[in-house]
This record gives sequence, structure tokens and C-alpha cells, in this order.
Amino acid sequence: MELIGEHINGMFKDIREAILKKDPGPIEYWARRQEEKGAHWLDINTGPTVSQAEQPAVMEWLVRVAQSACTLPCCLDSTSTEAIEAGLKVHRGRAMINSTSADQRKMDILFPMAVQYGAKIIGLAMNEQGVPKDASARAALAMELVVNADMHGLSMEDLYIDPLVLPANVAQDHGPEVLEAIRQIKTLADPSPRTTLGLSNISQRCAERHLLNRTFLVLGMAAGLDSAIVDVEDEMLVDAVAAADVLLNKNIYCDAFLRTYRQR
Amino acid sequence: MAVTIAKERWTGRVAEMIIGSGPNAVKVGGEGTLPFLHAEGEIPNRPALALEVWDTEPSDWPGVLTGCYAGLLGDPVAWAKKCVDYGADLVCLRLVSTHPDYRDATPQEAAVVAKAVAEAINIPLIVIGCGVEDKDAEVLTEVCTALAGRNILIGCATPNNYKTLTVACLENGHSIVASTPLDINLSKQLNILISEMNLPFSRIAMDPLVGPLGYGLEYAYSIMERTRLGALTGDKMLAAPLICFIGMEAWKTKEARAKDSEEWGRQAHRAVLWESVTASSLIQAGGSILVLRHPESLSQCKVHLAALMKTGEC
Repeated sequence: MELIGEHINGMFKDIREAILKKDPGPIEYWARRQEEKGAHWLDINTGPTVSQAEQPAVMEWLVRVAQSACTLPCCLDSTSTEAIEAGLKVHRGRAMINSTSADQRKMDILFPMAVQYGAKIIGLAMNEQGVPKDASARAALAMELVVNADMHGLSMEDLYIDPLVLPANVAQDHGPEVLEAIRQIKTLADPSPRTTLGLSNISQRCAERHLLNRTFLVLGMAAGLDSAIVDVEDEMLVDAVAAADVLLNKNIYCDAFLRTYRQR
Repeated sequence: MAVTIAKERWTGRVAEMIIGSGPNAVKVGGEGTLPFLHAEGEIPNRPALALEVWDTEPSDWPGVLTGCYAGLLGDPVAWAKKCVDYGADLVCLRLVSTHPDYRDATPQEAAVVAKAVAEAINIPLIVIGCGVEDKDAEVLTEVCTALAGRNILIGCATPNNYKTLTVACLENGHSIVASTPLDINLSKQLNILISEMNLPFSRIAMDPLVGPLGYGLEYAYSIMERTRLGALTGDKMLAAPLICFIGMEAWKTKEARAKDSEEWGRQAHRAVLWESVTASSLIQAGGSILVLRHPESLSQCKVHLAALMKTGEC
């Protein structure tokens, strides 16, 4: 299970202020901190306060600062393709693009970009009509992503399909649909495309957020979830992932399984 | 329509271990794919073959085996030199005489023998204790000191004596054999404990305690295969080379020990086959260092390995 640490995002106050003041301190801190806590990737998102025009420069700065502080690769999270490309240009190692939707216009730009820079890419199972209602509609859009990725020569191991979760207190019926969509997505190609989720969305404005996140993550793993964008500050979430990796026979058991999961 | 051959892409790699120094140093491990699938990844080093030498004359080895070392069996130095002549990549010295229930030789006595053997041969050395954990900790510490800087492989470390042995290896520049009884979970845990003392995976050889043909070979094979798959899929805690003590097991079997008979054929032929078939099977499971007893098994395995190492034919 690959964990993508969510904290370097302009939506968080300390990151937003660091971006505004050009202060590398908090970015470096969260890069190192999330690596220690078990993240495999760092999500990097400039946040909503940065203007469209400034986004590429801010993304480039965030990637440079984050990678100077730790060994992890970055997941370049932006709706601006210019910002993503700016991040890719300075990224060390293999980056991940976050994300394209199943809109033809976006896929035509971002899949070639992923291939050009040797990056992995997250594909959202949605299009201009929004988030699908059920599992089969999600799987249909996932198939669009699979076909387009394949046409551009992107291997399935580098495509991470996100079937999109909605908050449990708003769209409770989406939970089981997402789990079923994960199962279906894993059968769309052989080798299978990978799957991912922006996990924390499941608990937006809910009580017991950590418990909801952690529980849904384990349910997702049982359905075939390969990665998720998560809050690695939640120790018990990382513990649950380590345990589930053992119980699903993904990692070989040893007494120190909680510790080894966090070692890179 | 063109058919694309599906190739597995592995994310992990087995650590590369160097034993000894100079032109005859032995390099093993480093594989980036399953055994001999050259098309899917790199197999940088041929598995290495060791011949076993005892520090005392074995009392229960059959004649077809002792005959190869006639007149040398009480003299570990001469015996070891004979192994060099036979073409072994390494000598594996087993300190049987240190066993408390046998001669209970002291650590100092054992170290003198180990040093004499090391100085007499121009190939790398493996030194194995008598298997009594406390005694091995004392004996091998002394051996490590006496052979400081020679980069030997010592063993066997177990969950009960690994701390002492790891310290001895770290202080004197040696590598360690980590031994667990056919249990991948314990084996991974022991690797973690040793590596947490700062001995890198390139200096740990995992000993899964293999069984010979007909006596648990399949079980050993599965454990080794699973270990290798773990290493290749990125489990660094399993990414150490594997050592197999083949001779010790194969020569215990009824098939190796029964005399010539009409039904079973010639013992010399049968026993060597038993040892070399066990070895060649475990080579396919990912064995990197194979410790044998009979020089003919050594020759046969060498021919087999030379064929397996040819690239571009699979």
C-alpha cells in the first residue's frame, strides 16, 4: 500500500502562510515529518489562494524545497497543467501527476506529459458531468482512462485510478459504490491499473474523522485499493494499513511489522 | 499481429555480498529478477559453491565421501587446500570439535585452526560453529578477532546469539549467516534485528535450514522462493542472499548412505546425484551460496551453473 501524505497543501494554514512568505521552513518540516511517519509520496498542492498565473512558480518552489528535505517523490496536485509541468521539470526521480479526469481534452494533454517526463499519473473517474453515481458509471470512465493511457504507451502500473469518494454525511450511498468500483477497475486490464483515493474526503465535516478514514481505507484495501492520499499524522491509520498489508498477504509477516512498514 | 512477450517488472533487488578480498573474492547476490530469468532483469553474479572442511576427522561420513580426502581428514589445512585444488569458490570450515558434548575445544584452539586454514588458502572462507548457540557466540567471536579484516562469512547467528556475533562481525569486518528453521517470518525478524545493529544487508546471508531431496526439499524451495519474491517486490528486510548447507543434509539421507545394491545401484553415483540434485533445485529457488561435500557434486553444479548463466537463451 502506497501512502501519499496530504499535508503540503495550501489549504492548510501553515503551508498557505509559508507560500505567501516564501518561508521554506514549514515545507521542509512537513516533508521530513511525513517521510518519518510512513508516507511514500508527498502530495504537493499550491492551494486556492495562489493565482493561476503564479501557480507554476509556486509549484516549482514547493517541489524543490520538499525534495531538498527528504528522499520522497512528489505527487504534483494541481488543476493547472502549466503548474504540473513546472513541477515535473524540477522533480528528482519519478513524479506522479495528480491528476487528469476522463475528459478527452485533459487526457490529451496529461497522458503525453506523463510519458514525456516518465511520471506516474492519477486518473479521476469523472468527467465534465461530475462524479458518477454508481460503480458501473465509475468503471466506464475508468475504462476511458485505461484506453487513453494505453494509446499513449503509459503502462498500467503507472496509472492510478481514483473512483472518488464523497463525504459520508452527504452521499452515504456512494461508499459501497466506490468499493465495488475499485473491484471492477482492477479487472479492466492485465496487468491491472492501480487504484487510489483522496481518502479524507470521506469524512469531511463528519464526527470521528480519523475512525471513518481508517475504516474506509481498510475496506478499500480489501477491495483492491493500492494507494491513497492520507493524513499520515494519524498513527493508527498507518498501523491499520500495515496490519491490512499483512492480513491481505501483501507483506510478509514479522513481529516488527508496524516498524518495518514505516522504514524506507 | 505481433505478440508482445509479457515481462515482469521488479522494484526490488537482492543485496550484493562480497566475501574475501583480492582476485579470488567471491561476489554473490545482486539479482534483480527471479533465478536465471535473464530477460527480465540482471543476474550479475553466478551462485558460489563451497566445499566443507571439518576441524576434526568425521566419524560417520561414508567411504564414497571420505575417499575424496583420503589421508587429509585429520588435517584441516591440508583438507582445505585439497578443496582449492578441486575448484571450490570458497572453503566452509565447520568447527565441530568445539561442541561441548564432543571435544569441547576452546575458542582459542578453534581460532588457531581457523587462522591456519585462512592463511593456507587463496579463496574466501566461511566459518561455521558447532551449533550450540552459547558456545558459538564465544568461539566465533574469537575467530572473528583472529581473522580481522579478512572479510569472512561466519555463522550461524540465531535469535539467541545474534547480538554477540553481529558485534564481532562489525568490529572485525566480517559478514554473518542468519539462521532460522524454515520460517520466513522468523527469518525476516532476525534480519531486522541484525540490520538494526547497523550490519547492512550486503553482509547478511540468510540460512533457511534447507531439507534435502526427499526430506523437505519442497518446503525449503517454497520458503526460499517466497523470500526472493518478497525481496524483488521491494521488501528490503528479505533482500539478502541465501546460503544453503546442502552437503550436511544430503549426506544424512538413506539414499546417500546405503551401500551398493542391485535395487538401488552404485552408492558413489547415487549419493553424488542426491547432493547435486538437491543443490541444483535450491539454486533455482534462489540459493546464492551452496555448501557441498563431494568434489564431484561441485563439478556437476559448476557445469550446470555455467549453462544457467548464459544469457539470451530464454
